[in-house]
Amino acid sequence: MTLKIFISRDAAAKACGAEDVVAAVRAEAAKRGQDVTIVRNGSRGMVWLEPLLEVETPKGRTGFGMVGADDVGSLFDAKFGEHPKAVGLVEEIPFFKNQTRLTFARCGRTDPLSMADYEAGGGLAGLRRALSMTGADVVKEVTESGLRGRGGAGFPTGIKWKTVHDAKAEQKYIVCNADEGDSATFADRMIMEGDPFVLIEGMAIAGVAVGATKGYVYIRSEYPDAIEVMGEAITIARKSGLLGASLLGSDKSFDMEVRVGAGAYVCGEETSLLNSLEGKRGVVRAKPPLPALQGFMGRPTVVNNVISLATVPVIMEKGAAFYKDFGLGRSRGTIPIQIAGNVKFGGLYETAFGLTLGEIVETIGGGTFSGRPVKAVQVGGPLGAYFPPSLFDTPFGYEEFAAKDGLIGHAGLTVFDDRTDMLKMARFAMEFCAIESCGKCTPCRIGAVRGVETVDRIAAGDPTALPVLKDLCNTMKFGSLCALGGFTPYPVMSAVTHFPNDFARAKEAAE
Amino acid sequence: MSDTLHEERIRDIIAKHLALEGPMLPILQAIQGEFGHVPQAAIPLIAEALNIGRAEVHGTMSFYHDFRTEPAGRHVVKLCRAEACQASGGDRTAAHAMETLGVDWHETTKNGNVTLEPVFCLGLCACGPAAMVDGKVVGLVTKKRFDQIISEVGA
Ligand SMILES: Cc1cc2nc3c(=O)[nH]c(=O)nc-3n(C[C@H](O)[C@H](O)[C@H](O)COP(=O)(O)O)c2cc1C
Ligand code: SF4
Ligand code: FES
Repeated sequence: MTLKIFISRDAAAKACGAEDVVAAVRAEAAKRGQDVTIVRNGSRGMVWLEPLLEVETPKGRTGFGMVGADDVGSLFDAKFGEHPKAVGLVEEIPFFKNQTRLTFARCGRTDPLSMADYEAGGGLAGLRRALSMTGADVVKEVTESGLRGRGGAGFPTGIKWKTVHDAKAEQKYIVCNADEGDSATFADRMIMEGDPFVLIEGMAIAGVAVGATKGYVYIRSEYPDAIEVMGEAITIARKSGLLGASLLGSDKSFDMEVRVGAGAYVCGEETSLLNSLEGKRGVVRAKPPLPALQGFMGRPTVVNNVISLATVPVIMEKGAAFYKDFGLGRSRGTIPIQIAGNVKFGGLYETAFGLTLGEIVETIGGGTFSGRPVKAVQVGGPLGAYFPPSLFDTPFGYEEFAAKDGLIGHAGLTVFDDRTDMLKMARFAMEFCAIESCGKCTPCRIGAVRGVETVDRIAAGDPTALPVLKDLCNTMKFGSLCALGGFTPYPVMSAVTHFPNDFARAKEAAE
Repeated sequence: MSDTLHEERIRDIIAKHLALEGPMLPILQAIQGEFGHVPQAAIPLIAEALNIGRAEVHGTMSFYHDFRTEPAGRHVVKLCRAEACQASGGDRTAAHAMETLGVDWHETTKNGNVTLEPVFCLGLCACGPAAMVDGKVVGLVTKKRFDQIISEVGA
């Protein structure tokens, strides 16, 4: 009998040693004359279990976690049954079982490059339905779903699409923002590596909706695996009618290509991204004009995050009402929360909006990896605020986080334990802004450099420096063109506000 | 490779990308992919082909962290410096790396073997500290794992 084994091809699995495990399984199977099929699936999101090896059984897929190449012999000996690394049925593990996987429904289950798997798992149904509707009705459906941009700003996707739909132009574009530069975020990477067709389908639906026939996915160069998988997926999609001159046999056309970034955080900002795509310096453009009206090559362009676009197929498949039913307040649907840093169970957890920060960090994430108390959680990447445990009752939602002077951004969380020096983290926020500033406006370009110096003065015990830092943050917040300069004050000021001791202690030390 | 061969190859690469909308980055990336850096000689050729000034090509190149004007060492080790990797001990790995290799960020070891680069997030934030070694991802890079990496690349 052929053994069917799943070992993820996701970059996080590879980073933990999946390739060695695959090689060891092949070698061991050959040695024993055992037939095996190895499927390189996407990630289940349980990064702490990687490399996770799954075996198909009549009861479902059973797993072995943190497998090393040296475990493989004993796994064969045990006939993939009882073994110290066994974790039981993978879909019964609470971290997986308790999720609401809409966007990531297939990720980890299927072979990412199998169109047959994709369709069997519900793929293409959304595009098929969209092709039977008018563009305006597709836009309406997406608007009614309540979907908001997952790239950080939370702008309603349907409203953006309507602007592009209503614009008159010979050529319109769909640009997918896969620059995912925020620390603690990897949802875009995981879906591109684990279910690339869902992004392609989402872009094709966007094209049909607004009347765009050409798309680009701008992937950061730090993601070689995602670049490879997306490239292969596009080739397969063209052969299967998911892309090309006749989408699924209809009279609608859409095609797309991969473009690769060149290592600039600011290129995740949509206008900077468009400049980069056009082959220019990635300097931020002033708005207006909106990219929706004058975007790529000056033409109407939808710029959406990977997760926004990859969520469209399930909305079209199951309907706006189904999607909208999940969530909290004005944050509708589900959100793939990425839990990272010093945390026991790090990974991606898709769930409806509304869990509290404490539930996410303590219950799902299991607290710190070091076993020490949590000191702070940064939510939303390098431009997001640091939350102390006293704010753990904040529900995960756009408005709820804004009300606590924070943001959810791309929904990445970094957990820090009690050994963390928050002054150092505030300094890093300023330093990062200085390194990555596009240079267009003074408060950001110069302000961030001054910010680093000012934090250093605080560290050296200068009592006059703290008010200067606060002033500087105000100047950056109100005088910057984009959120790089404008939001860097969030991590800085949240550190100052919630962890005053870290800023005072430095003073005493110098006295 | 002689300069004329270089030039011919660069012209080929440029020609292959000219039909793209916004061909500049793909051209620079393809040239760097082949030569390991963007040779000075490429700049006038790109400028000519795209009908723009040399300063514009140079200006674009210098905006992005990825492009090199000089060859790197035989191996490039990028260590993640972003927050999630800091939270999981990235600073200790970084200090150890600099001490072991005797270099600062962006520098190459004296024997030309390893260039150490900072990188801000590799999307491996749940298995940090993360690194990329010659384009391959590595997670959980403790000091010990770093030493293994370095001995594997033979530094
Ligand atoms: C400095 C900066 C970096 C950004 N980085 C990203 C990014 O990596 N990915 C992303 O989707 N959006 C990023 N954004 C937000 C984009 O400008 C834009 O809002 C988003 O791509 C729109 O797509 P959405 O509506 O689907 O979220 C960034 C914004 C700023 C100011
Ligand atoms: S805030 Fe900074 S990154 Fe944004 S436009 Fe101004 S200088 Fe550029
Ligand atoms: S923060 Fe280091 S890989 Fe994301």
